[in-house]
Amino acid sequence: MPTPQTLAEKVWERHVVHRAAGEPDLLYVDLHLVHEVTSPQAFEALRLAGRGVRRPDLTVATMDHNVPTTEGPVTDATSARQMEALAKNAKEFDITIYPWGSAGQGIVHVIGPEMGYTQPGLTIVCGDSHTSTHGAFGALACGIGTSEVEHVLATQTLPQTQAKTMAITVEGDLPAGCSAKDVILGIINRIGTGGGVGHVLEYRGSAIRALSMEGRMTICNMSIEAGARAGMVAPDDTTFAYLEGRPHAPTGPDWERALDDWRSLPSDPGATFDAEIAIDAAALRPYVSWGTNPAQSVTIDDAVPEPDSFADDAKRDAAHRALTYMALEPGIRIRDIRPDTVFIGSCTNSRIEDLRVAAGIVEGRTVADGMRALVVPGSVAVKLKAEQEGLDQVFIDAGFDWRGAGCSMCLGMNPDILAPGERSASTSNRNFEGRQGKGGRTHLVSPAVAAATAIAGHLTTPEDL
Amino acid sequence: MEPVSRVEGTAVPLDRSDVDTDQIVPAQFLKRIERTGFGPFLFHEWRKDPSFVLNDERYAGATILLAGANFGGGSSREHAPWALEDHGFRAVIAPSFADIFRNNCCKIGLLPVELPQESVRALMDAVLDDPTTRIVVDLDALSVTAPSVQERFAFDDFRRWCLLEGYDDIDLTLRHIEEIASYETRRPTWLPTA
Ligand code: SF4
Repeated sequence: MPTPQTLAEKVWERHVVHRAAGEPDLLYVDLHLVHEVTSPQAFEALRLAGRGVRRPDLTVATMDHNVPTTEGPVTDATSARQMEALAKNAKEFDITIYPWGSAGQGIVHVIGPEMGYTQPGLTIVCGDSHTSTHGAFGALACGIGTSEVEHVLATQTLPQTQAKTMAITVEGDLPAGCSAKDVILGIINRIGTGGGVGHVLEYRGSAIRALSMEGRMTICNMSIEAGARAGMVAPDDTTFAYLEGRPHAPTGPDWERALDDWRSLPSDPGATFDAEIAIDAAALRPYVSWGTNPAQSVTIDDAVPEPDSFADDAKRDAAHRALTYMALEPGIRIRDIRPDTVFIGSCTNSRIEDLRVAAGIVEGRTVADGMRALVVPGSVAVKLKAEQEGLDQVFIDAGFDWRGAGCSMCLGMNPDILAPGERSASTSNRNFEGRQGKGGRTHLVSPAVAAATAIAGHLTTPEDL
Repeated sequence: MEPVSRVEGTAVPLDRSDVDTDQIVPAQFLKRIERTGFGPFLFHEWRKDPSFVLNDERYAGATILLAGANFGGGSSREHAPWALEDHGFRAVIAPSFADIFRNNCCKIGLLPVELPQESVRALMDAVLDDPTTRIVVDLDALSVTAPSVQERFAFDDFRRWCLLEGYDDIDLTLRHIEEIASYETRRPTWLPTA
């Protein structure tokens, strides 16, 4: 009998182009996603070296990080220059591009799955750390740097040293009010920002199986926040149902062939992982970050911790610095923290289900006085779908800004930023210092908590409204 | 790439863990389409604090950065190592690094050197005590040497060889171009294309 293999090992093995002792494996890349921020230097280097793009047909580009979420025009000259550079590079190298203003545009990790590019068993790379999102389909998806972008453009391969595997098993039923975002914030809280370094995480267990593809994407998305090289979920009927009929999914006899192949991907019974973690879904609660890294979080029912309660020196110092930056005192109840901004968006939580959840909470209610609340759909397609369902009007009636698609306030490269000292409840993935604008203070939350917070004016859950 | 085998110089003690790439170079400076010129944006926000260690004259001209655990987490931006390199750093010594950051450093010849927590602490203390302390990172011998510290470190063999020889990754891969082409003929036809 062959040795039982994990999902990650299976996908890895079928992409090995060259293997030699003492060298990293050379892996073939099935899909290369490109955006405007991390690619210009790679294209320039190709030009200087007189190299071309080996497989433009396996390369897809969009604009997301810099784009305005209002009508435009692009007022920032350097942003415009970067967007123009991508358009020019795509043209020169014959790469399919979904530019700002086109129907296919959106956050790179939202449009890949939505158009059916993202499929089980693929290797997917992008010059962006949240490429881990695509692992929700059972793809091996890794974020890479610009030199690696150049390498993939030139060769369609990437040298990779073997990763370790970690099983994260979440069993049981999630309590009402808890979402995929709370599962992943809970996991990161448990294993820490470096807990996944060197590993590909596989999320398993009944709580993961019960999630929609969107929920699974939310979880895989934040694998990088635990330092992991990738996060994956085994493909199943939920995956196949999501993919069927999408523009780039296989059709007819090819669909049947693909299904046969995809069904062989899940980890074999008896496959061993280098590390295993078990999480009790029923014990989870909505999580809120209080600090400046995504592991610095507590549940909504808790209070801001006392830094001196951390035994580890580095954690204690980090907590002290974080509380100074966040202007929070230890012991304050999370529910007493009053953000002035609510951001619903980003590749973590900007898909149609996220917007439906948030709209369901704000419907018939009004945003708290002085609160700035904005919804930024992950893609033009999500935006249109939400508008068909009337969600835009629900948000607008409640006092939210309804915007165009892009990364927006997730990282503040466009005009949507926090001013120094402003505080947000944000459905994004990073609460680093200055992430949403210099001096801005970020609390990471689920879409439900974000929506409820916008109404209440302080961090809270929908049940409290 | 220029071969790299040895870095010798003074060091800056950045005594913080979980230093993410958003701190190393904030997003508002990622709009350049050139690969150079990121040094002035290094630790841009923290540098506004006059007491921040990089503003300390005594550490001017350092070529080695000492930092806490999980250095370089977060965004995959290669702009972070570019900024460190452009500022004059040739090596970063920390108890652990984020994976993508470590990769990115190796691509540009900035050495990510992982030492046990206690050794990094000892180096920090030495440098805090005497900013003129010289540290030698020898990639060939896999050693870090300072007056009070003598430590060996592990480094991926293949990456080490690439750095020591100054090999270009793409050239190395192109040696396998026939295997790539042959792999392509075996790919299932139903896989997605743009
Ligand atoms: S939404 Fe945020 S995390 Fe996601 S790709 Fe854009 S900037 Fe990165």
